[in-house]
Amino acid sequence: MKLSRKHVLGIAELSLQDIELILKTARSFREITERPLKKVPTLRGRSVIGLFYEPSTRTRSSFELAAKRLSADAVNISASTSSVSKGETLIDTGLTLQAMRPDVVIVRHPVAGSVHLLARRCRDIRFVNAGDGMHEHPTQALLDAMTIIDNKDKLEGLRVVIVGDIRHSRVARSNALLLSKCGAQVAVCGPPTLIPLDFHQYQVDVEHDMGKALQGADVVMMLRTQRERQHEVFYPSTKEYFNLYGLNSKKMEAAKPDAIVMHPGPINRGIEIDPAMADGPHSVILEQVTNGLAVRMAVLYLLAGSGEGLGI
Amino acid sequence: MKILIRQGLVVDPTQDINRQCDLLLEEGRVAAIDSKIELSPDQKAEVVEARGWVVTPGLIDMHVHLREPGREDKETVESGARAAAAGGFTSVMCMPNTDPVIDNESVVRHVIEQGRRAGSANVHPAGAITKGQAGQELAEIGEMARAGIVAISDDGYPVMNSQVMRRAMEYARLFGLPVLDHCEDKHLSAGGCMNESSASTRLGLNGMAGVAEEIHIARDIMLSRLTGCHAHICHISTAEALQHVRRGKEDGIAVTTEVCPHHFTLADADIENYDTNYKMSPPLRTPRDVEAMLEGLRDGSIDCIATDHAPHTSLEKDTTFEEAAFGIIGLETSLPLCVEHLLRKEVVSLPRLVQLMSVNPARILGLERGTLKKGSVADVTVFDAERQVTVDSNAFKSKSRNTPYQGWVLHGLPVLTIVSGRIVHDAR
Ligand SMILES: [Zn+2]
Repeated sequence: MKLSRKHVLGIAELSLQDIELILKTARSFREITERPLKKVPTLRGRSVIGLFYEPSTRTRSSFELAAKRLSADAVNISASTSSVSKGETLIDTGLTLQAMRPDVVIVRHPVAGSVHLLARRCRDIRFVNAGDGMHEHPTQALLDAMTIIDNKDKLEGLRVVIVGDIRHSRVARSNALLLSKCGAQVAVCGPPTLIPLDFHQYQVDVEHDMGKALQGADVVMMLRTQRERQHEVFYPSTKEYFNLYGLNSKKMEAAKPDAIVMHPGPINRGIEIDPAMADGPHSVILEQVTNGLAVRMAVLYLLAGSGEGLGI
Repeated sequence: MKILIRQGLVVDPTQDINRQCDLLLEEGRVAAIDSKIELSPDQKAEVVEARGWVVTPGLIDMHVHLREPGREDKETVESGARAAAAGGFTSVMCMPNTDPVIDNESVVRHVIEQGRRAGSANVHPAGAITKGQAGQELAEIGEMARAGIVAISDDGYPVMNSQVMRRAMEYARLFGLPVLDHCEDKHLSAGGCMNESSASTRLGLNGMAGVAEEIHIARDIMLSRLTGCHAHICHISTAEALQHVRRGKEDGIAVTTEVCPHHFTLADADIENYDTNYKMSPPLRTPRDVEAMLEGLRDGSIDCIATDHAPHTSLEKDTTFEEAAFGIIGLETSLPLCVEHLLRKEVVSLPRLVQLMSVNPARILGLERGTLKKGSVADVTVFDAERQVTVDSNAFKSKSRNTPYQGWVLHGLPVLTIVSGRIVHDAR
């Protein structure tokens, strides 16, 4: 089985079959990581480059570890150490990397569409979007889906509520696309200032009252408040924000008793989520991290692998 | 030298002419227009057999950026004028957002001189409204008027201070100059790189709401009512903005407006794969707004078509959508786009198209052009409305290539462009 696409740029481009294939592959890789010896020779001789224009300890180390567990040669380049500071353009950087013949390049960039530009101009590379501006973060949505299925056995028919700064969130976009594609009933919740125009296009409900939004929820997905993108005009204060949209045990009572709480991390404790909720019995936040590694192994394998079995 | 254009379909709304006939140009002026003009044997003339072609008063693009002085790598007055001629335009008005800004007499004279030397299309500069287009102090409008500007505009940099705009309008009246405004509330549009819509949500790009344009237009119309100054709204792009103009006109306010071909042929939903050739300001709007632009052209509430020809080097476009420069070139695609999308789809008639592309821009800018009346300047455009053309930016006369229309198949070929009785572009 192969992916229908050359790159993994966004959930929007992936078919349902692609999504199922990635999740199925990820599950078999997760079994590997549960063994004492966590490394397989599947991508031996392949090289994977991480190109990070934004600081991201999590995503970056998750991809790096994923590549290494598959025995690929993994290198990370961050904007501060690369020649970006010398005025090299994104395309130049891409072409320079291409000349080194890597198999997969993982890109995190603050501008939407930057990885699409690279994919258009560097045709010999396979790209993975590790977050482009406010656009998409497909592996995050895939690991979230995997985590939900682990806990709820399915996606179809579940009520998933995504709460927080929807406007600036690539996680919200990718999740809304994936979950609605897979038949979940998705609602997004946040102040009107943080919901972009026509978010309904993803077949999701838009709700501004968190109490209503959480009613009967199976999954509560909290987003990180991206203070660096907001310049304080979207809400008056973090105190007011937490009162209205922060998750605490009181608000959680509206959800189903067995509802799970998710967060893409890193958490702003006390701003978007009460520490008791983040660490409490509903929380699956650390499972998300584990699944992130498996999903990224799957994506790298499906893009760079020979297709001759998993080498397990 | 005489030119006899034989048996073309002559369309001149200023004389209610729309029929096949002959047109004689002599010493840079229109000498005669008649069903059949016989030349005596001793009269030497270049004869143009124009049967099947359309013959109109020279087309005028009243909104172009020629980048000189300052960014001659993108365009010069010379290359821009050649692009204009190749696109069927005999006159263009160039905007003052150059470096240095066209905000004083000497820069005005420089641009006019460069235009005269270029010798293809007539080049009329607009002067800045404010010094350095900074939106604070009025530029020396009177001195620029004496040097030959035909309008004032801070295009690209909307005048945000309403008091400054009011004074500019009051003052411009003294010289009979229209005030051309790029309408955009910069606070509302801050950080945006495309229309705010479901498309911007999908692409994860910051949007510029249509209301940023509408608010500013409403203000200008109110100031026009107060001051009596002719306010011309540049590159209108939303349905609601057009409603403001309609209401202003109904109230007898001196307001006119123009639309760019890209705003009636493309929508934000067409932006694919972050192609920066679709990035312009105002941005491509929704399909509903596109429909409204066509309706405005149909019902006459839009006065003219202008391209906002905005040349940029590949360096400024070959980047991410967010970082790319705003604007596309338009001089060499405007006529075919209008023929294909307005004429052939029967949005407008041929006389109406000539009004939009020649008669009205001449009137708005006070140019003695836009007519083929006997004795008027012999600026003439001849085009073949039936000829199929494939847009090829590599063949453009413009120095820049930033167009979303590359490869489009359209109808309408500019065959001859004649300025003051001289052929400046010949594609026969
Ligand atoms: Zn403008």
